[in-house]
Amino acid sequence: MSQNVVVGISDLNVAKNGDVLVTYALGSCIGICLYDESVKVAGLSHIMLPTSEGFNPSGKELWKFADTAIPELLKKMEQLGANKFRIKAKIAGGAQMFPGFNNTSLSSIGERNIVAVRETLKQLRIPILAEDVGKDYGRTQFFDSSNGQMKIKAALRGEWVY
Amino acid sequence: MAFENYELNEMQFDALKEIGNIGSGHAASALSSMLDRPIDMNVPQINILDYNDVVNNLGGPENVLAGILMSLTGDVSGMIMFLIHKPFVELLLSNLLGMEVEDLDLDEMSQSALKEVGNIIAASYVNAIAELTGLSIEISPPELCIDMVGSVLSLPAIYYANISDKIIFIKDELDKEDAASSQIILIPDVDSLKKIMESLGLADI
Repeated sequence: MSQNVVVGISDLNVAKNGDVLVTYALGSCIGICLYDESVKVAGLSHIMLPTSEGFNPSGKELWKFADTAIPELLKKMEQLGANKFRIKAKIAGGAQMFPGFNNTSLSSIGERNIVAVRETLKQLRIPILAEDVGKDYGRTQFFDSSNGQMKIKAALRGEWVY
Repeated sequence: MAFENYELNEMQFDALKEIGNIGSGHAASALSSMLDRPIDMNVPQINILDYNDVVNNLGGPENVLAGILMSLTGDVSGMIMFLIHKPFVELLLSNLLGMEVEDLDLDEMSQSALKEVGNIIAASYVNAIAELTGLSIEISPPELCIDMVGSVLSLPAIYYANISDKIIFIKDELDKEDAASSQIILIPDVDSLKKIMESLGLADI
């Protein structure tokens, strides 16, 4: 029986044996799904902020930022036998939930998260196979470790897979 | 440091409760005149919670509701958000516009009406802070988002991720038979919270 493994906000986790990673209601945050197909090891990281610059995070705080969470997730996946050179990514989130909201430091946080995630993955040489990012709605994200399929569910919009 | 995580002593927390009480009183009378009928309100519950507890208090991450967000500027900076569950959205729209709502896919007029309600309610609380402290606080125009709780809260969550792990959460219960409960989330900058407490003569020593 496959099980759901819930990933909270600023959280990350790994799954194998057909277990499904799920993170609920992404808004401006981003869910980064990583998958090594040959060993069927999946990982999901739910980041809130683009960069750890100026924060000096440690421990679980590393899971909050795109630039520190993705390497942490890779480490966990490698412990389960994944190989960095085979890992591919699918990402979702980075919405602008309140498009008219004028708060300079925050108005484009979704977009800044998207840019930071793409940049971090590029530096790690992890290709992005699918993106469901931006726009103005929330997304629940499921990531199936049996086949690397990412399913997105949105309120009032239904669900679809990548 | 006392204010690092919105950690308040008992007197400071009491002051916050008083702000909540006065704000809720103002909110009830504003709603009562908007809906043209009396509004019974229980004593609001005020808590300082982290993001996950707030989400759970609002029906879990995937519960769909309406959030109206405003930013605070002036002597106090931060955010205030008014959250309305579906039954209360229905009640408000049927009273204000005579509209029956089937789902939360609302037209522009209904959206403006909700924003206006959010603005009035937020002002009730902000005025309570201003009255008690003498601080001058301005509220930005309201922005509306109807979506899953977790997503609606992502902006304030990200905002507080920079400054604190806690949010001030005020839960009002209006008219029990209508199930018309609503919630207010107040996120002042840590410095602003300090300023509020100082203005009340409750600065930490």
